[in-house]
Amino acid sequence: MTVNGEEVTREIEGRLLLVHFLRDHLQLTGTHWGCDTSNCGTCVVWLDGEPVKSCTVLAAMAGGHEVRTVEGLEQHGELDPIQRGFMECHGLQCGFCTPGMMMTARALLDREPDPSDEEIREAISGQICRCTGYATIVRSIRWAAAEQAGTRTTAEEPERTVAPADAPGPSVASTSGSAS
Amino acid sequence: MTTVAANGHRTAFVDNDQKPNGHGRMLRKEDPRFVRGRGRYVDDLQLPGMLHLAILRSPLAHARILSVDTTLAEAHPKVRLVVTGAMLAEKGLAWMPTLSNDVQAVLATDKVRFQGQEVAFVVAEDRYAARDALELIDVEYEPLDAVIDVRTALAPEAPVIRDDLEGKADNHVFDWETGDAAATDEVFRRADVVVSQDIVYPRVHPAPMETCGAVADYDAVDGKLTLWSTTQAPHAHRTLYAIVAGLPEHKIRVVSPDIGGGFGNKVPIYPGYVCAIVGSLLTGKPVKWMEDRAENLISTGFARDYIMRGEIAATRDGRILAIRTNVLADHGAFNGVAAPVKYPAGFFGVFTGSYDLEAAYCKMTAVYTNKAPGGVAYACSFRITEAVYLVERIVNCLADELRMDPIELRMKNFIRPEQFPYRTKTGWVYDSGNYAPTMELAKQLAGYDELRAEQAEKRARGEIMGIGVSFFTEAVGAGPRKDMDILGLGMADGCELRVHPTGKAVVRLSVQSQGQGHETTFAQIVAEELGIPPQDIEVVHGDTDQTPFGLGTYGSRSTPVSGAAAALVARKVRDKARLIASGMLEVSVADLEWEKGSFTVAGDPNASVTIQDIAMRAHGAGDLPEGVEGGLEAQICYNPENLTYPHGAYICVVDIDPGTAKVTVRRFVAVDDCGTRINPMIIEGQVHGGLTDGVGMALMEMIAFDEDGNCLSGSLMDYLIPTALEVPDWETGFTVTPSPHHPIGAKGVGESATVGSPPAIVNAVVDALAPFGIRHADMPLTPSRVWEAMQGRPLPPI
Repeated sequence: MTVNGEEVTREIEGRLLLVHFLRDHLQLTGTHWGCDTSNCGTCVVWLDGEPVKSCTVLAAMAGGHEVRTVEGLEQHGELDPIQRGFMECHGLQCGFCTPGMMMTARALLDREPDPSDEEIREAISGQICRCTGYATIVRSIRWAAAEQAGTRTTAEEPERTVAPADAPGPSVASTSGSAS
Repeated sequence: MTTVAANGHRTAFVDNDQKPNGHGRMLRKEDPRFVRGRGRYVDDLQLPGMLHLAILRSPLAHARILSVDTTLAEAHPKVRLVVTGAMLAEKGLAWMPTLSNDVQAVLATDKVRFQGQEVAFVVAEDRYAARDALELIDVEYEPLDAVIDVRTALAPEAPVIRDDLEGKADNHVFDWETGDAAATDEVFRRADVVVSQDIVYPRVHPAPMETCGAVADYDAVDGKLTLWSTTQAPHAHRTLYAIVAGLPEHKIRVVSPDIGGGFGNKVPIYPGYVCAIVGSLLTGKPVKWMEDRAENLISTGFARDYIMRGEIAATRDGRILAIRTNVLADHGAFNGVAAPVKYPAGFFGVFTGSYDLEAAYCKMTAVYTNKAPGGVAYACSFRITEAVYLVERIVNCLADELRMDPIELRMKNFIRPEQFPYRTKTGWVYDSGNYAPTMELAKQLAGYDELRAEQAEKRARGEIMGIGVSFFTEAVGAGPRKDMDILGLGMADGCELRVHPTGKAVVRLSVQSQGQGHETTFAQIVAEELGIPPQDIEVVHGDTDQTPFGLGTYGSRSTPVSGAAAALVARKVRDKARLIASGMLEVSVADLEWEKGSFTVAGDPNASVTIQDIAMRAHGAGDLPEGVEGGLEAQICYNPENLTYPHGAYICVVDIDPGTAKVTVRRFVAVDDCGTRINPMIIEGQVHGGLTDGVGMALMEMIAFDEDGNCLSGSLMDYLIPTALEVPDWETGFTVTPSPHHPIGAKGVGESATVGSPPAIVNAVVDALAPFGIRHADMPLTPSRVWEAMQGRPLPPI
């Protein structure tokens, strides 16, 4: 099969799952394994351009086909807008669901460059994140859409949590040691 | 003093610097590796000659083991080792201590006590072969009656689960009480209004996306064991392994690499870790154990499982006088609760909540059942999820009884700002709080009055809408070593800081991130104190050979304990830097003024040295002031004087489909106050994640059993976790009430949202169902359970 543009040939058992082939045989460990029932989507990779759960594909079935993993998102030393969006909008915490989420998001933006929040949520609904509560993932994907459309403006940047300028700051000066 | 601000999704403020030199929004230093698939999780590790371990588990909840035949498994061409409980018993390793001074079977010897319990393990050349070989082991069981319903576990005829314990003739684990029973009874006798309600907090599971696992590598030449494992507390684990396995502690290195979420699931030592160690000791090869999702759900630490009776006493005009509660706690087959030793019920004693009471009392009984061990996990802050759920449900029941608005009732009874530090009737000393502005902000963000008007209109049209409120006080940052320890290890945390000659620094922590962003925020803490940019500060954690001793990350304790240590160790370095600066500038230390990042001679702004200049001088040529050693580094072990008590006000809006009874969380407003905010972006993410936990627990999640003890929630097909479609776009705001005893005024926050959100959601559902005459409904509020409730039928028991 072709993985991230490179041809690989291996002798494998017929029952070997694609997720284990990628991780254990090719050492592409960015793709994760989070459940046994095809629910969590931490193993999402592309098979011929479509996101699939690689725990539910036999490696042998991917023979002769093109596989793309998270390791193939970065092109020519440039991060994909999706990758930058996840960093800019805090779309990840423990990082375990992140590769799968980003692969699905990339596929979504290829198909629909300007998705609504509802479309984004629907697109990632086959995947579970335990850390982020999804809102920042939605923002991340929106950020990437605006970035690649060249329409990102300050107003569309993610909201940020700060005290308004006229509000007094936290009253910790006496304990912060900055006056010592 | 409290600062009030908000950023609901309707409000946006321009931020401060993207790269603050200290506290503030800063993008995470962890992210570049994670977004490239370059994180390093346990299962990513591949070592030369590494073997794979798989565990055979009990299909039955309670059964005597008559025989274990491993002949066929051993004959498998790829199998290197098969180990049974009997073999471990010969080495004295069949049982291990739990974090609650009980013992737990590593591999069952006499009998199995829960479905999914470890019975034998196989080490083979690859993970598929190891699984194959499990099928070849033949175990003969004699089934025994199982104890599943905690309410019958103490009946005289109940089978005794723990006959391994000398003289044990029942399933009783412990009784515990707090508060003043007589004083509370007295208040209840004279109260105008008494409301009581049975409330169940069902068994749930933290289910981190990465399951538990380990790679053990014993090097027979130098006698050193290295264990990479999914642990939230690597140092405590090292010490426990030394005690269990008899290996010298300096020959054990525990490494907790990147962890794919913990949520309390990765605090205990699981049999699988011990099996991997034994496997490596016996084969002389690295051995990897990685459990699958089913194993994670059925055998590792569950959460909650408290059956509570809550009672509240009040005056007719809404003054809350006392709370009384009786709890039955299901601990499973082994008492593996991860809590400070003197706190068998964790910090459940804070069930008095945010209210100024005259009296309070709790009596609790914990029992064994034929289920997996656990109890303290899933962002519970040592049972505060249960405590807050109890008080926030029962206060709502009172509001219902008094026909009073739930926010008005809470406001009327809040502990007032001038009462802090406030000693509760169960002995907890809340550090600081200013509750009313937090509640007001939530009310304002939600548009509470408009919501009530909308609800009235909808009710008139037959639509079902509910508004739920919760207000919580957390207790995080365990804890003062005078009374908090885990198996004798005081709950203090170390921190080491070393500034290199060129002014770059490395800070070493005893706590262990599982996604909470420590690599970023701890660099920010040091940056704030020393003026070294956070990009120039490397944060090292998780490797017991590289980091100072400490108790790890859980109970939202990183910021309260280790964060304090990081600030103080930086100040220690700054104190030394001041001495060196005085030599460089040839003035007395008293003449130096610290401006973040440099010392300047008072009155002479041109005479100044930066922390980077000082670092070079500390390592370079030239004399240092009398008595000052070369180098620029320090270490500290921080013993907190108290916990920190963050608080929050949450408002939830739900809609219920009248035909299907499906509950939709339409809006959720969360206002949190965790004192000084180190990185607002990261706090917001912590809150979002916790709120999602709340939706899961309130509406979807439950670890259920049938009467034979079969776990009915052993996969993500049955154990439902919210996806992006079940949660709304969160609306958050904050207030700032610093902790007076914390060096930077910061409180923990990681678990607040998990603690505070379930009661808000349940209160909203119950509020929605008020026209149906419903005052309470137990979680999880799935469509079928809500539908039953709407038909006026009693809900199926939990």
